Amino acid sequence: MALSAEQVQAVALLARLRLTDEELAVMTGQLNKIVEYVEQLHEVDTKDVEPLAHPLPISNVFREDRLRPSLPRDVALRNAPDTDGEFFLVPPVLD
Amino acid sequence: MSGESLVGRTALEHLDALAKGELSARELVQAYLERIERFDGHVQAFLLVDADGAVKKAAEVDERRARGEPLGPLAGVPVAVKDVLCTEGQRTTCASRILENFIPPYDATVVRKLKEADAVLIGKTNMDEFAMGSSTENSAFQVTRNPWDLTRAPGGSSGGSAAAVAACFAPLAIGSDTGGSIRQPAALCGVVGLKPTYGRVSRYGLVAFASSLDQIGPFAFDVRDTALLLKVIAGHDPLDSTSVARSVPDYLACVEEPLEGLKVGVVREWLSEGVDPEVATAVRDAVAVYEKLGADVCDISLPHSKYGIPAYYIVAPAEASSNLARYDGVHYGYRAARYEDMIDMYCRTRAEGFGAEVKRRIMLGTYALSAGYYDAYYLKALKVRRVIREDFDRAFEQVDVIIGPTSPTPAFRLGERLADPLSMYLSDIYTVTANLAGIAGISLPCGFTQDGLPIGLQILAPPFEEERLLRAARMYERETEWHRRRADLQQAVAAVSKAG
Amino acid sequence: MATSTEATPYTIVIGLEVHVQLLTETKLFCGCRNRFGDPPNTNVCPICLGMPGVLPVMNQKAFQLALRAAVALNCQIARFTKWDRKNYYYPDLPKNYQISQYDLPFSHDGYLEIPTADGGTKRVGIIRVHLEEDAGKLLHAERGGKSQVDLNRAGTPLLEIVTKPDMNSPAEARTFLEELRLLLRYLEVSDCNMQEGSLRCDANINLHVQHNGQTVATPIVEVKNMNSFKAVEAAMAYEARRQYEEWLRTGAKLGEVPKETRGWDENRAVTVSQRRKEEASDYRYFPEPDLVPVVVSEQMLQEVRSQIGEFPAQRRLRLAAEYGIPEYDARVIVELGKAFADYFEQFARGLENPKNASNWMLQDVQRTLNAKGWTIEQFPVRPEKLADLVSRIERREINTHAAREVFAEMIESGRDPGAIIAERGLTMVSDEQQLKAIVDQVLDENPKVLEDFKKKKGKKRKQVAGFVRGLIMRQTKGRADAALVERLVNEALVARTGVPLE
Ligand SMILES: [Mg+2]
Ligand SMILES: [Zn+2]
Repeated sequence: MALSAEQVQAVALLARLRLTDEELAVMTGQLNKIVEYVEQLHEVDTKDVEPLAHPLPISNVFREDRLRPSLPRDVALRNAPDTDGEFFLVPPVLD
Repeated sequence: MSGESLVGRTALEHLDALAKGELSARELVQAYLERIERFDGHVQAFLLVDADGAVKKAAEVDERRARGEPLGPLAGVPVAVKDVLCTEGQRTTCASRILENFIPPYDATVVRKLKEADAVLIGKTNMDEFAMGSSTENSAFQVTRNPWDLTRAPGGSSGGSAAAVAACFAPLAIGSDTGGSIRQPAALCGVVGLKPTYGRVSRYGLVAFASSLDQIGPFAFDVRDTALLLKVIAGHDPLDSTSVARSVPDYLACVEEPLEGLKVGVVREWLSEGVDPEVATAVRDAVAVYEKLGADVCDISLPHSKYGIPAYYIVAPAEASSNLARYDGVHYGYRAARYEDMIDMYCRTRAEGFGAEVKRRIMLGTYALSAGYYDAYYLKALKVRRVIREDFDRAFEQVDVIIGPTSPTPAFRLGERLADPLSMYLSDIYTVTANLAGIAGISLPCGFTQDGLPIGLQILAPPFEEERLLRAARMYERETEWHRRRADLQQAVAAVSKAG
Repeated sequence: MATSTEATPYTIVIGLEVHVQLLTETKLFCGCRNRFGDPPNTNVCPICLGMPGVLPVMNQKAFQLALRAAVALNCQIARFTKWDRKNYYYPDLPKNYQISQYDLPFSHDGYLEIPTADGGTKRVGIIRVHLEEDAGKLLHAERGGKSQVDLNRAGTPLLEIVTKPDMNSPAEARTFLEELRLLLRYLEVSDCNMQEGSLRCDANINLHVQHNGQTVATPIVEVKNMNSFKAVEAAMAYEARRQYEEWLRTGAKLGEVPKETRGWDENRAVTVSQRRKEEASDYRYFPEPDLVPVVVSEQMLQEVRSQIGEFPAQRRLRLAAEYGIPEYDARVIVELGKAFADYFEQFARGLENPKNASNWMLQDVQRTLNAKGWTIEQFPVRPEKLADLVSRIERREINTHAAREVFAEMIESGRDPGAIIAERGLTMVSDEQQLKAIVDQVLDENPKVLEDFKKKKGKKRKQVAGFVRGLIMRQTKGRADAALVERLVNEALVARTGVPLE
């Protein structure tokens, strides 16, 4: 099941990664090699096997509905690339 | 006592000397800072050395000791921390351009615990970007070198922390292990590294790579120091839903007690093909030590362990593709300088901010989760994950601990595996299964190659049996001298300049 | 109330997807305040900002409220539930994934009964109810500017309720929302305020057209951006007409064209196509590894059931029947919440005529609560004390005017009405001889009013009578029996002037 360059480009958009043509070619080759390697998973019979998403058999972990201090706004915004002191700023999103 | 005779000792030796008043915490940290100053230009273990902060903390410890105040269990001991743990007010980069200027307004829980234990946090260590790699060559900032041979990789992704201990830049270090990222560099750098059971140590403030696999763990020269550091960082954290509410045994107090009637399982599949002969020999010698100690040694099989790497390279990238979605140039971190619109800003920011390996894994994980491929890859990998876990469950019905090699080879040359991602992925062939199963594992020195490169022995134990793991490891360590060897940096530097 | 559709050659089919914000103190996964209207980016912390390394821990209250809502919506509660990540990039979603529920929501297959126009009820099926986190707010850029991101709302708890396509008219859709709001308010799950966005609704609508003896389904359209119940009703009505006209024009059937999303334009009262040229969404759901599953025990369910007790729709009917109060009053009382209705019942039980209780609750008590910003739990007068007061009006011991004075002091001092009445001498004057004497005295002292009464006509003449009543009340310090005073004044004016009352 080989991945085409178009498929890889579509995945790149889903992942929000810009790939140059050259990067796309290299990435397509590498992904195909890895995917081909990973295909050996299908050698394992998993007919009645439940997926294991998490190694811990724990459940019902909650916290109380109790206030904890929020960050002062200037601290919350301090690491942001672009702000106006009140909001995070992003390129225009016209909806 | 001169600085050079101080560095290279264990944390427990330092604590003893500090308690007896034979030296001050300031003198101690000064000795390490000098050593870093002298050699880290060659090793490049640190991304950030906090000399001022470390000296200040050491001075505070000295003052408090002078006043007779109670002190934490690591009072005055320098600890290096992998740059994957958030440190309040201090740059935390994950060795990535995308977080180059990120200053967290919070401490990771483990960092908080180290501070409360009065450790001296000496600096942040280099790593593979976002902990993705097995050589520390994927750092956006620098390449860390193996202190035993500066032309070789320290392993990874916690290569900076392993190298920092091996180079005697700190007696203790913290790393993170998602598929072997503590144990493999520990093996390649000739130190002890432990990956706790999933849920034993809080992940709060650990920059996530693959959330269901990541654990934080200690590096040290020997098993006793490892026990000391594990005790400090382990325990339940209300900020981490996946940290388990179980009490933490006093690992150090019991580590010297040998395990009566210990049953040791040797993994058949791990000593047959694909393993370097010198590594295999060293591991067999280690098995002989256990036999000599009266342990009941038998062969066991982990028939699905060979599917560990393929399962891991679906599960980990899938989680990573989601965990790393937040680096988008909006709320913190790098943002591309030029872009056309919102989507283009995302795409350029991430293209410019992430390195090649990170992009590769994001792509792989995105693909494995995407419509039409989820069942064939992601779901299949989760089922194989359970099968791998069941292999361990069966094995631990027969034996108390499992032993084998940590890494199929000793330290490899820098650049050697960079061009071929798959060859790099196979570095973790013996370590990933423990992460998939969520069990505990340790790597400790068990010999050296003819070229003088360290070899690591891996021991695995069932979930939450760190005490058993440490005691079993210490039984072996007490019979051997490997853990007392230190890399000779002066000679290593000379060897490189001679070759160059 | 749903009205039957006029005869059309089609049936309207509507399903709703409703998001309601839960009434918790804090967010779903962190301790930041969950509150509307605070200054931007002041209720944020590393967790809800999605900073590196932070982890979610679930708010127990949010889960309990969600369970309460699902039980009230007659849902099956899953014994095992987990959370998933829904991955998509948007600047108001700090982690670029939303923690939501995908294949194992905590509840499914329920229904809500709604009243129909003919006085009956209809069941609207609920497909699923799940718990997820809300996104922040993106303030869209004005031309040439940048967009602003406020993350106060990011990570607040949200309940998603998806109905079956069981509603067959715009009015039914609206009635469903009204009933849902009543239920969730009564249960104190949400305040369901559409203006503040604590209830948001999208609709899926299509038509089943009768054509040549066959039923043809038109393509389903998703309608968004409806900001009031009125808007939902209007948008559905508009969309039904539009779809029918489009069907007449194109004949396009369900499955022949991709699903369209349209936005309701309130000003123009039309829906507008929102076709966006973005890549097909692929949310790549997978289990959230940072949270653990929840196993719902029988005990947890029992607790939730006991918190709910009687359902609001039942209670509304019972209040009207049992206390003989108007249906409107019963509805409002129930809508004001369980505690309010409990107060009403205790209050009404102490009265001769329970209607007096609903009047007092909806006027004097409500006014006080609004003025003071209190909840009924904070109201200092206990229902038995208030019943003591109002029953004295019923027994003609005091009049309403005096009762209000006593009520005000009861709120201030918390003292018994009997003591206040005695101290202030507020007992009603209802002795006819005594009052007649006062009326005569007042008219003797004010001969001008008799002139006015004679001169003026109709309403104006009645106003003169009112003026005289005021004088009497002043004379008696407001204590006189108002009905008796009215009769005596009218009789005296007619007798002395010889002109009729109107
Ligand atoms: Mg939703
Ligand atoms: Zn928060």
